Amino acid sequence: MLDFWFFLEVLVGGLLSGTMYALVALGFVLIYKASSVFNFAQGAMVFFAVLSFVGFMELGLPFWAALPVTVGLMILVGMGTERFVLRPLVNQSEDTLLMATIGLAFVIEGVAQLAWGVDVRRLDLGIRDEPINWVMDKTGMLVSQLDVTAAAVAGIMVAALALLFSHTKVGRGLRAVADDHAAALSIGIPLKHIWMLVWATAGVVALVAGMLWGARSGVQFALVWVALKALPVLIIGGFTSVPGVILAGLIVGAVEKLGEVFIGPFFGGGIEGWAPYMLAVLFLLIRPEGLFGEKIIRRV
Amino acid sequence: MLIDKMLRRIVPAISAATFIAIAAASTTAMAQEAQEQYFGIPSSRVGPYSAMGTGYYGGIIDYLNYVNMKGGVNGVKLTYDECETEYNAARTVECYQRLLNKGDQKMVVFDTLGTPGAYAVIGRMAQDHVVLAQYGYGRTDAADGRVWPWVFNAAGHYWGQIAVKMNYIAQKEGGVDKMKGKTIVHLHIDTAYGREPIPAMRQIAKEWDFKLIEIAVPPPGLEQQSQWLQIRREKADWVTFWGAGSGMNSTAITTAARVGFPREKMFYVTFGGAEEDMIPAGDAAKGTYVAANAAPGRDYPLIADILKVVYGAGKGNMQNPERVGTVYYNRGVGAAAMWIEALKNAQKIHNKVGKTVNGDEFRDGYEALDITDEKLKEIGILGMSAPFKMSCAKHDGSERFKMMQWDGKKFQILTDWVPAPDPAFIRKLIEDSAAKYAAENNITPRKCS
Repeated sequence: MLDFWFFLEVLVGGLLSGTMYALVALGFVLIYKASSVFNFAQGAMVFFAVLSFVGFMELGLPFWAALPVTVGLMILVGMGTERFVLRPLVNQSEDTLLMATIGLAFVIEGVAQLAWGVDVRRLDLGIRDEPINWVMDKTGMLVSQLDVTAAAVAGIMVAALALLFSHTKVGRGLRAVADDHAAALSIGIPLKHIWMLVWATAGVVALVAGMLWGARSGVQFALVWVALKALPVLIIGGFTSVPGVILAGLIVGAVEKLGEVFIGPFFGGGIEGWAPYMLAVLFLLIRPEGLFGEKIIRRV
Repeated sequence: MLIDKMLRRIVPAISAATFIAIAAASTTAMAQEAQEQYFGIPSSRVGPYSAMGTGYYGGIIDYLNYVNMKGGVNGVKLTYDECETEYNAARTVECYQRLLNKGDQKMVVFDTLGTPGAYAVIGRMAQDHVVLAQYGYGRTDAADGRVWPWVFNAAGHYWGQIAVKMNYIAQKEGGVDKMKGKTIVHLHIDTAYGREPIPAMRQIAKEWDFKLIEIAVPPPGLEQQSQWLQIRREKADWVTFWGAGSGMNSTAITTAARVGFPREKMFYVTFGGAEEDMIPAGDAAKGTYVAANAAPGRDYPLIADILKVVYGAGKGNMQNPERVGTVYYNRGVGAAAMWIEALKNAQKIHNKVGKTVNGDEFRDGYEALDITDEKLKEIGILGMSAPFKMSCAKHDGSERFKMMQWDGKKFQILTDWVPAPDPAFIRKLIEDSAAKYAAENNITPRKCS
C-alpha cells in the first residue's frame, strides 16, 4: 500500500528540486526573449560565474566583495558577448545565432578552466543542506534548508523579472527585438543596449543558480550539465515565459522524482534522466508553445 | 703534377673519412634514437572528470620525468605524447589511434583510467600488440590471461573490491552470519562501470542471504534525492556507492545528509573516493568509508623524492603542487611504476637491456611482474601500493585494498591491505565469465601450464 507521507515527501522534494531547475531555465528564457535563440552557453555561464566567484574568494576577497565583483564580471561577459558575438550577427538567421552560442559555450568553458584551474572547490553559503528540524519533528518529512532557500530565491527572481518585462519600457523593447531585429532597429529600439542588458542579466541569473547548485554539488565542471535539466522545463513552460519556468520547473521536478521512485523500479531505475524529456515530447505534440509561451504563427 | 697526384690521393681519402664520419654519426644518432621508449597518454584534464584525470595522469607524467631525471631505464629515456579524451569513450578511441604510432616508434601500453574507455578499445589490443593496463578499473573478467593475454589489472578489479568491502562490512556487523537479513543498497551510476560489480555482489548476497537492492543514478548525478529517499524507505543498513566524477560523488554525500542517512554506513568505490570527492561535500562527508588501491600521503620515499627532484627543479606536472600525495596522484604514480617495472622486465627477458622494447616484449614484461614488499620498498612505495604477482593465467593484482575513512580533512587509513574473504570464489566468477566471452567470440584460450 502506498505510504501517503512518503509520497508527500517525494512530491515536496521534487517540487523543491524543480525550483532549482527553474533558476537555470530562467537564464535561457531571458536570452530567448531577446534574441529568439536557445543559448547553449547558459550551462557554461553557470559554471564560469560560480567558479569566478569562488576564485575571487580564493584570491582573498571576502564573500560580500566577491559577489559584486563577480556580478561585474558577468556584466562584462554580457557586454562582450553582445559586442563580439551578437552584433556581427544582426539580421542573421536563428540557426546562425544558435551555432554562435554553441561556440560561445566552448569558449567560456575553456576560459573558465584556463583562468581558474580545474580543481574542485567547495562553496559554503552558510545555508545547511540538511533537514529542517522543526519540519521533521512536526511532519516526519525531510526538507532541506538549501532547497527552501533556493525556492525563495527563484520565486523572488521570477517575480522581479516578470515585473521588469511586463511593466517597463525595456520589457516592451525586448519583446519587439525578439520578434524582429531589423524592425525593432528601424523604429529606434536600441538593439545593442537591449542585448547587452539581457545577456548581463542572464549572467547574474547564472551566478545565482551556480551558487546554489555549487553549494550542493561542489564548484566543478559538472555544473555545465545542469543546463540539461532546464531544457524540458523550457519546453513545458514556454521559451518566452518567465512565470512559466517556475510552474514548469515544479512539474518537471515532481514528475521526475515521483516517476523515479514509483515507476523507475519497473524499468531498472534511472528513469529521471529521460522522464522529463518524455513529458516535454508530449507537450511538443499537444501544445508546442508550452504552457505560457507565445503561439508562433508564420505566414508561408 | 705532384700537386695533382697528391690531390688524387687525398681527395678520395678525405671523401672516405667524411663518409665514415657521417655514417658513424648517423649510427650514433640512430642508437640514441633507439634508446627512447615512447608512451601514449590518453589524459582527461578538462571536463567533469578533470579532478581524477589531472591527479592520475599528473602522477604518471611526474614519475616518467622523475625516471628520466634519474638517468632513464637502464639508460633508455622515456618519451610521451598526451591526447585529451575528456573521459569520453569515443574520444578515447580517437586518442588511441592518434597515439598508437609516433614516427618509427609504437605505443606499448595504454591506460584509459576508465571502464567506458577500456571497453571501447579492449578488442584492439591483441591485433595492435598493445598492453591495456587497467589499473584498478575496467573489464573484470579480463583478469583471465588465457582469454585476455593483452589486458592486465595490477591494482585490483571491481569484483575483488566488492568482495573485500562486503567482508569489511560483515566484520563491522559482527561476522558473516550477522549479514543475514541485512539490506545493502548498491547505488551506482547508470553505466557499464556502475554495473560492473553487480554479478559478484548478487552471488555474495545469495551466499550470505542479505537483501541486495540496486539503484541507478542517471549521469551526471547532480540530483539524487529520489534515490536517497528510496534508500531511506528501504531502511538500508549499508550503501555501496559506485559513482563517477566529483559532482556525482559529492552530491551523493550531501543528499545522504539531506535524508539523514549516516555517512558511517556509506562505502565509496576507489574511483569515487578521493580528496576531490569529499572536500566539496564539506562536513557532511565526515565518516564516509572508502576502499583504496593506492593509499594517499607524501611520506612514501618515492613521493617525497618526486617532490624534491621533479618539483624542486620546477618540472612538476601538477598545476597545484598541494595535490601531490593525494589518492588520485599516488594511484597514477603507482600505475606508472608498474609500466617501468614491466619495461625493466622486458629488457631483461629479451636481452635488450638499455634498448627500446616492442609491444610483445613489453607484454611479457608486464606478465612477469612480481611486486613483492621488497620490490615496493626498492621503488619507494611500500604501503602505498599492494604487492602482487602476475602469471600467464592470472592477470589481476593483489585483490587487496586498504580501508580508509574521511575525518573531515583527510583520510584516516584504518587497515593494512585487506584480502577478499574467498578469492577462489571471485576467481571462479572471473573464469566462468571469461570462458563465456571466449565461447561467444570464437576465441581459443591459450594454454598456461
